[in-house]
Amino acid sequence: FREGNNDSEDTDLRFVICQSLWKQVKSETEQIQEDLNKQLFDNLVSFLRRSHSEFQEKTTKWTCWMKSREIPTAALVLGVNVTDHDLTFRSLSEVLQNSITPYIALLEAKDCPGIKNLMQKLMGQLMNCSIDVNSLEDEDYLQVSQNRIRCSMTSLINWYESVTKKTDSETPSKKRTSSPRQWQSPPVVVIFKDMESFTTKVLQDFIVISSQHIHELPLVLIFGIATSPMIIHSLLPHSVSSLLCIELFQSLSCKDHLSTIIDKLLLTAQFPFKLGEKVLQVLINLFLYHDFSVQNFIKGFQLCIVEHFYSQPLSVLCCQLVDAKKKVNYFSHNQCENIRRLPSFRRYVESQASEKQIALLTVDDFLKETTQKLLEDLHVYHENYVSVLRCLHVLTSSLPKYPLGKQIRELHCACLENQVWETEEYESSLQLARMLNKSDLVTMLQRCVEIFVSSSGKEFGKTVEKLKEFLTQFQKLEAEAFQEQDVSVSSQKELQKTTDLYHLQKTLLELKESRRSKKLSKFEMLRSEVVDYIDSLVRSYLVPADHKTLHEVVYFNTASVLREHLNAAPRIALHTALNNPYCYLKNRALKSDGGSISNKAPDICIVYKLHLECGRLINLVDWLEAFSTVVMAAEGSNADGASSDQVDDIIHARFIRAVSELELLGFIKPSKQKTDHVARLTWGGC
Amino acid sequence: MPNLEHPAYPAATLLQLESLVPCRESQVSMLLSIFGERQQFSFPSIFIYGHTSSGKTYVMQTLLNTLELPHVFVNCVEYFTSRLLLEEILIQLQSCSSETEQTSHVPCDTFNDFVRLFKQAVASRELQDQTLYIVLDRAEQLREMEANILPAFLRLQELTDRNVTVVLLSEIVWELFRPNTGCFEPFTLYFPDYSIGHLQKILSQNHPPEYSADFYAAYINILLGVFYMVCRDLKELQHLAVLNFSKYCEPVVRGEANERDTRKLWKNIEPHLKKAMQTVYLREVSSSQWERLQRDNGEPGQLKGLSAHTHVELPYYSKFLLIAAYLASYNPVRTDKRFFLKHHGKIRKTNFMKKHEKTSNHLLGPKPFPLDRLLAILYSIVDNRVTATANIFSQITSLVTLQLLSVVDHNNQLDGPRYKCIVSLDFIRAVARFLQVLTVHGEVIFTAEKELLCRYNQINFKTVNFDIIKYLYDFL
Repeated sequence: FREGNNDSEDTDLRFVICQSLWKQVKSETEQIQEDLNKQLFDNLVSFLRRSHSEFQEKTTKWTCWMKSREIPTAALVLGVNVTDHDLTFRSLSEVLQNSITPYIALLEAKDCPGIKNLMQKLMGQLMNCSIDVNSLEDEDYLQVSQNRIRCSMTSLINWYESVTKKTDSETPSKKRTSSPRQWQSPPVVVIFKDMESFTTKVLQDFIVISSQHIHELPLVLIFGIATSPMIIHSLLPHSVSSLLCIELFQSLSCKDHLSTIIDKLLLTAQFPFKLGEKVLQVLINLFLYHDFSVQNFIKGFQLCIVEHFYSQPLSVLCCQLVDAKKKVNYFSHNQCENIRRLPSFRRYVESQASEKQIALLTVDDFLKETTQKLLEDLHVYHENYVSVLRCLHVLTSSLPKYPLGKQIRELHCACLENQVWETEEYESSLQLARMLNKSDLVTMLQRCVEIFVSSSGKEFGKTVEKLKEFLTQFQKLEAEAFQEQDVSVSSQKELQKTTDLYHLQKTLLELKESRRSKKLSKFEMLRSEVVDYIDSLVRSYLVPADHKTLHEVVYFNTASVLREHLNAAPRIALHTALNNPYCYLKNRALKSDGGSISNKAPDICIVYKLHLECGRLINLVDWLEAFSTVVMAAEGSNADGASSDQVDDIIHARFIRAVSELELLGFIKPSKQKTDHVARLTWGGC
Repeated sequence: MPNLEHPAYPAATLLQLESLVPCRESQVSMLLSIFGERQQFSFPSIFIYGHTSSGKTYVMQTLLNTLELPHVFVNCVEYFTSRLLLEEILIQLQSCSSETEQTSHVPCDTFNDFVRLFKQAVASRELQDQTLYIVLDRAEQLREMEANILPAFLRLQELTDRNVTVVLLSEIVWELFRPNTGCFEPFTLYFPDYSIGHLQKILSQNHPPEYSADFYAAYINILLGVFYMVCRDLKELQHLAVLNFSKYCEPVVRGEANERDTRKLWKNIEPHLKKAMQTVYLREVSSSQWERLQRDNGEPGQLKGLSAHTHVELPYYSKFLLIAAYLASYNPVRTDKRFFLKHHGKIRKTNFMKKHEKTSNHLLGPKPFPLDRLLAILYSIVDNRVTATANIFSQITSLVTLQLLSVVDHNNQLDGPRYKCIVSLDFIRAVARFLQVLTVHGEVIFTAEKELLCRYNQINFKTVNFDIIKYLYDFL
């Protein structure tokens, strides 16, 4: 943080703010994660409770002993974002440990290439966690470690019996809060983290073995599945899958997860730090295009925070409003200059009267006062922005075809980018909104009222009143419509009296016409009034953030930095390193003039450049000759006599080393098709 | 049916045995005659084979238990290494002998050790004059252990010079066991499959105490009528019988029909059983879910089976990578030019479709392709610029871990890895269908979510599927 900043007086302070902000964000995201997974975990827990209730009750009913032994199994479909699974499983095992059973084993495919390794891993984890439970007995531990050599199901069962007996004897004395029945024989949960990667044979063997002992050892399996549950059938033959009693659990889709995260992190006034439009777009694109990983999104967000606090000296003001105001008071002259240098502030100054301009540019105290006011403005803007944005989203998300996007994040991006009311989509959505039917409109208005009431902004008292007025008008309309219906019913009665067919037709037509023109016009007027009102709200509150003064303080908008950090391009980096070594080495001599091959470059660069000119198979002799010509060019004229037929030994050695380095990097490989040739592994210069 | 007779055992025990092993009398009497009397040496090794759940294990267990013959029963799948297997036999030997002091664990690494320890164990027993039976269930696993294990077990009697008989149980025939070097030929005994009559008899035997045997037998009759075509596995049938019995009893419990009213009962249960065949039997729906459904009297249609959830959500580029991989796997290399180059020129159809390539590539299965070809196809089917970032490469690996692609040459990663696409045509079509196509000024841009690009004003929406069929050589 210190380096790269001229005024280092507040770097520490910025660091502290950054840390505390990140801590806040982290705890918030964890909270969100917990809430989102709660439903899933609750289902799982109840499944686990149920699965071995028969085992615990030891029922001797006819059905029970007749039924074949099935292992209760939960198939947990988690989606393809494998990077997020680790966290889910960790919290899952925590939840289970607290509520169901202390005996949990997490197995990963890479640890279990064979059934033997699987058993070893399983027993290791189970027996260790048993030690957590009764941590005092050291002799027990010794015994366990001796036993560990024999990794078979029998020893596992023996261990289980001994452990459950012990807890049985302990329960009365300790008086556990949970019901004693559960503690008599808690199930042993085995979690297969990545079902797809396990070899078929290992899984089959394990299932067959454990099904034989299901009566002695209450085992529950949890399969973590990334693709689709079909994988169970493709991995296990019927004879094995018939030993399982599989229930399916589906976790929340990661897109929903992301929307909640964005909703809670970005669309609140709670966190002072904001993302600019381009940055947000980069992060979202990374998510949708590449990995679906919420973890990565949060990491990107963290990077943004760090980068912002690192690069922007005024980020010291990026904290809660009260603190920020206090800090402005203690600003030094330097920092005031920083403020003056902000483009948005300059724009603000230019819009002021001339004497005020001078005051702003010269008097520090006046500047501080104005800054405080502007900060407050910015804060209020955020508060209003969020609620109006939600309101607009309510409106647009009910429209057909979603001209402004289905998700609120898209609307948010659109609003950040430029003045949303100038876009075509906004026009079309307003037009569509003018065609909404009444019930939709009323529910929409009600939801808007809710949003405004719950929001903290002070200016919305009037808005709420206005919206409520609209609602009552709609109700009135409804009442009128009822009356009119009565009228029409009565007129229909009249119709029945008239027998003439022609007259009947005529009156019917008249009735229809009058109804359409009269009633709908009233409703239509009100509807357009509502839409206009919302339009005015949007125009006044959804101004893009970079039109606001001092937005640089809280918005992070340098997407290029982020893109550089997040989109690693190994091939391109390697190519530039070899093709243009100056880029990394910063040696003056290497600053090449383009096409020609400099002989001052490292050997490997020369060899690489030469090989780019060749086809799929490269003749080593030609290559060596070309190499030596390039190198000899340095030595100048005195070498030309010797190089004509005999290549220098040292150059030969240098060449061989460079070629083998290229081979190590994976650019070439020795070919068996032709002697003295190597094959190129890359095509056309990356 | 031949009654079991043997001079060595009391008639009452034999009668009990007979009642326990229905439909297997001839095999049991054969075994008894081989075993002979308790002290007589029997055949050194017996090999019993038969199809799944033809009662091999059950018969052996009941036979040895009812006649109280000394025996050791080991499942070879459970004790997956030879060491575990041998140790387990020794431990069981120790525990079934009366003196229980020697509980200390004795390591037994080789068969040589085993023979020595076995002799000790048998010598310490008071039942020296009886034949000891070692039953090895799922004996096909023995083939995967060290080469000497199987031949040594076959002539254990000779090696240890004790009165011992090894019984091997397996589902496959002896011919598949015989090692190259030759070995002692065991006595083979075949357990034939149960016929439908046998199944009926066995299943009806365990009727619930609340109902009469005839009632249950009628139910089993219906059950077999539905399931016998697809499943002859006794265990599975029994499981199904138990699961669906409560539904069968429903009219009786409600008082709408009495136990003799078979026709009515049949009408009630038949559609239910058919449903069960499609769901529970295939384990699409777990049995506990099925039971809950029956209790709540819900429609079975509510429960979605496992196969119903086939849709896999993939990131945007992963979808394209998968499609590119599929195209690379099923199209011949030389056709790439035609499919993915804008100006490929005229290629005459007769030339293009060579005669010997008439067989569909889809019948031949996926072919391996190098990484570079995959990327080249990817660049040409995605119109916006894709840079080969680490994100793309890591997506390829994650597709491999998801078992959608597979690596063919695993030995050398630097050497241009080769992949195969191992998803089905239906799957890839489902993936392609979710891609929507946008047209911007007449040019086609693919996007996963059209909302993403809607902020650009010049876009006309046009949702067209990425027509993968158009790009496949087989469907030209």
